[in-house]
Amino acid sequence: MNLKKTFLPLVNPLSKENPVIVQVLGICSALAVTAKMEPALVMTISVTAVLALSNVIISLLRNTIPTSIRIIVQLVVVAALVVIVDQVLKAWNYEVSKALSVFIGLIITNCIIMGRLEAFALNNRPWQSFLDGIGNGIGYGVILVIISFFRELFGSGTLMGYQIFPQSWYEAGYMNNGMMILPPMALILAGCIIWVHRAKNKDLQE
Amino acid sequence: MTMNRQSNLYTVIYSVVLVVIVGVVLSIVYQALRPQQEENIANDTKRQILAAALIVPSENRSVAELYSTHITDSYIVNTEGERVDANIDPFSVNVSLEVKKPAAERILPVFVCDTQSGVKYIVPVYGAGLWGPIWGYVAFNSDGDTIYGAYFAHQGETPGLGAEIEKPAFSSQFQEKDIFNSEGMFQSVKVVKNGQEPTEGSYVHAISGGTITSQGVQRMLENSLEPYSAFFKKLSQGKEVEK
Repeated sequence: MNLKKTFLPLVNPLSKENPVIVQVLGICSALAVTAKMEPALVMTISVTAVLALSNVIISLLRNTIPTSIRIIVQLVVVAALVVIVDQVLKAWNYEVSKALSVFIGLIITNCIIMGRLEAFALNNRPWQSFLDGIGNGIGYGVILVIISFFRELFGSGTLMGYQIFPQSWYEAGYMNNGMMILPPMALILAGCIIWVHRAKNKDLQE
Repeated sequence: MTMNRQSNLYTVIYSVVLVVIVGVVLSIVYQALRPQQEENIANDTKRQILAAALIVPSENRSVAELYSTHITDSYIVNTEGERVDANIDPFSVNVSLEVKKPAAERILPVFVCDTQSGVKYIVPVYGAGLWGPIWGYVAFNSDGDTIYGAYFAHQGETPGLGAEIEKPAFSSQFQEKDIFNSEGMFQSVKVVKNGQEPTEGSYVHAISGGTITSQGVQRMLENSLEPYSAFFKKLSQGKEVEK
């Protein structure tokens, strides 16, 4: 099999079919968890894990699922995986689990996951579905990391919790931008990313 | 035998089997991770208690270690200030349920903390903010009147506004405040706006833009500390709280 074709599901979602900035899915959580980089990274890992595993499971079951309850079956699988992720975080990274609080539970409603299950996993083999899940998770994560980078740097003056701007700047009158901490700024930054991305990819322009 | 994938029987059996498998997997995961989760929650509570006494864990001293060296005793008192010999672990008292009871029926946990500047008495407080619960711990000097330190936390107050109550900039204001007035009456600590300072009594400045959360802190302190009045009085008279 053509190697390039095999890895298409992995590479495509990174730019040309990016779930956040091209399909505009999963925006809700992109607003909520990007005030700091660390929760954004944990959210990325969590979503990628849930997405890849649910894609594989649904792909394995795809020939047995009764069509009349296929959405419910998908929801049960996703919900189970999300509860597992939530429990694991509570046990191994309690601080981050506190910071993400309800948003882990809300992975269930992340449109990217249901979207990929319906559009890809139901019609493709497990290995392809796995790559598709990883690719979309990373595509989602890249945007989260870019947004949280700017929000944390200008909103709190830190990156991953480490102070970036020296104290002398603050003494000289520099102030953190409080707007960066608030959710609307994530939307504005996402808009800027879409702008730059469309400008570079003429074929995506409508 | 091949079954029709669209038949009702197949659908019902499929969903039952799926749910049973998922249920089993989830309960195994839950059972396997529970001890670690409970330890995390206990450690987090210990960290909060220590924070009230201005003890912050560092890289080489874990919360559990600090807690066992500094918290020398913990017990439960009633509203008469008498030590209750109930078989209840003060650490596991659910303060959120206690503050809803009438004052006389509450069981009041006290944590005795040995710090460099003497013995401190830490009590839990619990109340409501704007969006959800707020809680904290307040450490008192052994005179049973002056606050040594305070720690506040919240579930979901507005970031940058009400959520500022968890910052030391707010909680450190409580240090050295008295909760009894000169006549020995309970007065708590008021949380007031700039320019509205009362002429007498202890107060701290509210968070601008976080008015409802600030008022919540004031109500929380009044409601949670008042039942301890008798206990603090006994402390101030230098009486050991007898068993």
